[in-house]
Order: sequence, then structure tokens, then C-alpha cells
Amino acid sequence: MIKDIELETLINDVYEYYGFDFGSYSRASLKRRVERVIQLDGFLHFHEFLSKVRYDPEYYKRVVDEITVNVTEMFRDPAFYAVVRNEILPLLGTKPFIRLWHAGCSTGEEVYSMAIMLKEAGLLHKSLIYATDINATVLETAKKGIFPLRMMKEYSENYRTAGGKEDFSSYYIANYGIAKFDEELATKMVFSQHNLVSDNSFNEFDLILCRNVLIYFDNDLQKRVINLFDESLAVLGFLALGTKETLKYSIDSNKYKQLDKEKIWRKIK
Amino acid sequence: MEKNKVITNCKVVIIGGSAGSLSVLLQILPQIPKLNDFAIVIVVHRKSTDDQTLEDLLKLKSNIKVKPVEDKVPLTSGFVYIAPSNYHLLFEKNHTLSLDTSEKINYSRPSIDVSFESAAEAYGKSVVAILLSGSNSDGTNGLKVVKDFGGTIAVQNPLSAEMPFMPNNAILYSNPDFILNKEEMLDFINSINKE
Repeated sequence: MIKDIELETLINDVYEYYGFDFGSYSRASLKRRVERVIQLDGFLHFHEFLSKVRYDPEYYKRVVDEITVNVTEMFRDPAFYAVVRNEILPLLGTKPFIRLWHAGCSTGEEVYSMAIMLKEAGLLHKSLIYATDINATVLETAKKGIFPLRMMKEYSENYRTAGGKEDFSSYYIANYGIAKFDEELATKMVFSQHNLVSDNSFNEFDLILCRNVLIYFDNDLQKRVINLFDESLAVLGFLALGTKETLKYSIDSNKYKQLDKEKIWRKIK
Repeated sequence: MEKNKVITNCKVVIIGGSAGSLSVLLQILPQIPKLNDFAIVIVVHRKSTDDQTLEDLLKLKSNIKVKPVEDKVPLTSGFVYIAPSNYHLLFEKNHTLSLDTSEKINYSRPSIDVSFESAAEAYGKSVVAILLSGSNSDGTNGLKVVKDFGGTIAVQNPLSAEMPFMPNNAILYSNPDFILNKEEMLDFINSINKE
């Protein structure tokens, strides 16, 4: 276990050497992530790890990649995707052009899920999904649309639970343990690196998804990010968060109306 | 087996369990009249589809109020909190709970070890950790850490557990302060913070 003071030293040094600010990350989780990297990479002493981070920019990149959590799946929380399919997409479908932003998209499983639903709703041709993450390595995976074949059984079940009626396997080609998703889906995706901690709004969107990212931030940073989303969302647009995340502590509740039980809010003014 | 240790200044009681623990919880919790200045946090392994069941049952049967766990919810004494499935539950030093979807630990998310360890770091001596029935080794390391930070650890008597592996493993490696039958568990929780 590392000490609190060691964690703060790491945060300060990373900021000083690389300009990246972990200062507003939730401490309990950040500490576990750092301990995990130290253990994975076999450091016996914290100071050895710290000096490697300071003086080896390549290693620093690895540490950031490992600290950020990249656990995701296709149609994660199928009930959520069912609401998007049945209630949100029909509303968005009336617009001439649909802009979506998937913030913190990780390896892209949820971006492909969204593209599949847009395609089935006949809306993909007039949609554009901006998919961003802080981690450049996961974005490379996301761009390729290649996911482990062993996951397809679970994803196909999620897809059906979320209201999917097609043959899920028609969306990918299976080969040597991998599933390569139909390139048509990716034609409407734009991937780029974006840091929610320090970067600004870059467009106006009709639907912003940011699921299980805010849980890693403290209250202040959550407020900043929610404000960033608010600035980036058209009036009557939708904001979707993870199943245990809330706007409650972050923004004037009169501005947003929550849909049913799901963590989807509509900007009403 | 019980040692004479009076527990005062407890802020949080964390109850961890796996297979066979739900029946224990449903037997004990409804009989607790009120919590003496501490909160209870329950971390049990369950299927994500069962998420509402325990909450709903407790709301029906128990006097103690159940607060749904959302990220950064303040931990307030007098309430019961239940770790949602598919998230690790962590304790922050500013007395809020936070969630984490990182890799499973001991094939589990929530992992009991993760919650015990993080509670120990945030609350130190003011933690009481209880480990119930279960069939894997999750919880043992966490109990050790709670003890290292000065907290109190209790384990269900394996003889009274539906699945004895988890409490057995804990007794073997963590030297618990209390080993309790199901019936003793209730008195134990009621005795906390009572001089």
C-alpha cells in the first residue's frame, strides 16, 4: 500500500512534469489504480516507481493508460439501451442531422452499440458520433472496431435484451478469436483525444453519453464536467450517465428533466 | 470464542458475504431497532439482475432506512447502504462513498476486500468489519487490513454458515476479534457504541 503523501507527490510530479492533473480524481479509486500499476510492473519501492514516471515519458504514458479504467462492454446495461432505442432515437430522428458525443468511450464497444441502433432506426446516414477518450491507446482499438470473439455471446444477449431483433452476428466477421465489426458502422464515427479535466467544448450535440467516467472524479471536477456537457448540449438534447451517477450534486435541477428510472436527462432550458 | 472487547466510537459497520449470506442478513437486520450512531454498509456478491431484491426486502421488513447508493452519496449514521452489483464500493475521507467499475477482484465486483481495505484507510479504528457465509476467499485480506488500521473484525461461525469456506478462510488468516453464531450477531451489532 502506498501512503497518502506518496500519492499526493505523484499527483504533483505528474502535473509538474507533464501538465496532467489527477488532483481532482477520487482518491480512494486513484490510490488503488496506482497501487495496481506499481504491483503489475514489479516495483518494490514507491520512490523507484516515482522516478521512472518522472524521467521516462514513455513509461508515464503507460501509467496514465493503466490508471484510467477501461472496463466496458457492448450494450452495457441493456435496460438503458432499450430506453435509448425506444424513447430517445424516435425524438432525435425528427432532426435533419444528429450529433452525438460519447465522452470517455474507452475501447469503443458502446460507440459501436450506438451505431448499430442508429442503423436499425434508419438514422445512421444522418448521424455523426464524436467518440473521445483521454487515452490514445484505447482510441486506436476503438477505431479498428475489433473486439474479442469470446465476448460475442454476452454482447449478443445484451443486444437482444436491449430490444435488438436482427441477427447480431451479421454485424461482424469472426476470425481467429476476434470479431471485426462492419466498417459501415465506423463511417459515422470520429475518434479523437479529449481530456475532460482540461479541454473545452468543441461542438453542440443532441445526445451526450458519458457513462461511468464521472465516478472517478471528485465533486468539483464532476461539476466542471457537467457544465462542459451543459455548454455542449442543444436545448432539448439528452445527457446520459452511468447507472449510479447523478446530476444531483452538480447542476440546477430545474434545467434538466430526468427520464423514468434511467440515468438520462433532457435539457429543458 | 468471544473476547471481551467493548466497541465504542464506531462510525461504520461493513458486512460482507457471498453465497448463504442473504438469509443471515434478512434474519438479523429487521430485528435491529436502530443504529447507535453508525451506518451499515452491505457488500454482498449477487447477480446484477437481483439488484433491487435486497433493498426491497429490507425496506419492507426493517425499521432502519435503506439509502440507495449513488456515486458520492454522503455516508450518514443511522442508515443502511447496499453496494450495487457490478461496481466496487469505496470510502472517501470526506465521508462519501464512491464507485469504481475496474477489474473484478477475487472474481467479484463488488469485492469485499476492496470495500474493507478502503474503509480501513478512511475510517481506521472506527470500522467494524463482519464477514459472513460464502464460498470464495474474498474478504480475508480486507479483514487483515481493517485490523492493521485498528478496527474490529468479526466472522460468522463457520458451523452456522451455509457456506463455511469464506469464514473458515478468514479465521485461518486474519485472527478475528469475534466469531459469532447467527443469533449472537444481532446482540453484537446492537452492543456497538453502547457503553
